Amino acid sequence: MAILDLANPVRFMSLSARILPWIAGAAVVTLAVGFFLAFRAPPDYQQGETVRIMYIHVPFAWLGLFGYSMMAASSIGILVWRHPLADVAHKAAAPVGATFTALCLVTGALWGRPMWGTYWVWDARLTSMLVLLLLYLGLMALRAAIDEPNRAGRAAAVLTLVGFINVPIVKFSVDWWNTLHQPASVFRMGGSTIESSLLWPLLVCAIGFTLLFLALHMLGMRTEILRRRVQALEARAAAEAMA
Amino acid sequence: MMAAFFAIVRRDLALSLGSGGGAGLGVVFFLSVVTVVPFAVGPDLVLLARIGPAILWIGALLASLIGLERLFAADAEDGSLDALTLSALPLELAAAAKGLAHWLATGLPLVLAAPVLALMLNLEPAAIGAVVLTLLVGTPAVTFLGLIGAAFAGAFRRGGLLIAVLVIPLAIPVLIFAVSATQAAVVGPVPFGTPFRVLLGLTLFALVLGPVAAAAALRAARS
Repeated sequence: MAILDLANPVRFMSLSARILPWIAGAAVVTLAVGFFLAFRAPPDYQQGETVRIMYIHVPFAWLGLFGYSMMAASSIGILVWRHPLADVAHKAAAPVGATFTALCLVTGALWGRPMWGTYWVWDARLTSMLVLLLLYLGLMALRAAIDEPNRAGRAAAVLTLVGFINVPIVKFSVDWWNTLHQPASVFRMGGSTIESSLLWPLLVCAIGFTLLFLALHMLGMRTEILRRRVQALEARAAAEAMA
Repeated sequence: MMAAFFAIVRRDLALSLGSGGGAGLGVVFFLSVVTVVPFAVGPDLVLLARIGPAILWIGALLASLIGLERLFAADAEDGSLDALTLSALPLELAAAAKGLAHWLATGLPLVLAAPVLALMLNLEPAAIGAVVLTLLVGTPAVTFLGLIGAAFAGAFRRGGLLIAVLVIPLAIPVLIFAVSATQAAVVGPVPFGTPFRVLLGLTLFALVLGPVAAAAALRAARS
């Protein structure tokens, strides 16, 4: 039975059962340290206390992109090797990545209000992240629209790779569009000019959120595998009842 | 191989033109979108002239997406999709042929209708020329990116909104450079050629990406 084979990654289940508590625990500890450092860090000379939003906002943005890259890598696993675990990884990454992307936009808006005086500007980075969110939502809609998990996975993989090729183009286009339409009056943070007293808490927070992402992703994968097992068992029970 | 390619183009053209309403309906939808905008923003001709190129492009973008739903779905239903898959012609080229026929039947009429609609929006002659040129170059990109959504719709019998949701994010760069080129032709500051050449590049890119991804989607759905 094909669906039973799908739930084959027994090793993943036993391995992840052992690793997951450690990753989750490490995420909690790292985040606790990161938040502590973030509140200890000196306020920015210009932005004051609001700069602390950066410590969650920047990791969210990074993990939004990280999640999509992970899905693109899984897509290759789906299309080339047809690996069932890649399909599970792909499916589980979508809601987590989409949530981080959405949180990035929300925290960015909340940061933008005191800093730029508005919740939303059509800034190049904001717009690119918004397009990324749309891609995530489209992928989830595509999966939801197709009943059969195998075919849904391969279809979503094709679309993920198309989106992955397109994201740099979108970024480039939006940069062009933005410079054309909007003067660079918006406050921008130069990447390399961050003070080290602000940089360290940011790095710790980024590691903590990455661990959180991995823990949530692993949990999602386990749930998905269990869901497929249940479906397979139900299908078998129904078949036996028929016979 | 080219004979098979053009046979598909001819067949699809005959089907969409013969069935009636295929090409005409898209243009009517385009007209409807353009008609709705002045009611929403007011009959201010100066404002309309300024946002006219954007309205025309949004209208053309939406109109290009409308017909895509049936592109592969009809073939999937009557079994000709199986014939296409099994034929000697690579599925990528078959998808490209269908895309070309679809653009000739629905995209080209939009380009031809655009000057008239542009007059209604009070565009200057230079802007009209620029819009028509960008539509001529850019709508194939939208159609061929739309092939991807059409393949999903055909393979999984899901259509309508799903295609729009999947394709619109992919089409954003085309929209950006098409409208930028038009703006550049009218007010500057960059020369028309700069964004226009990027638009050409995006179209060439879409002409390759669309059929390849559509074929991959169709294969993914089958096995």
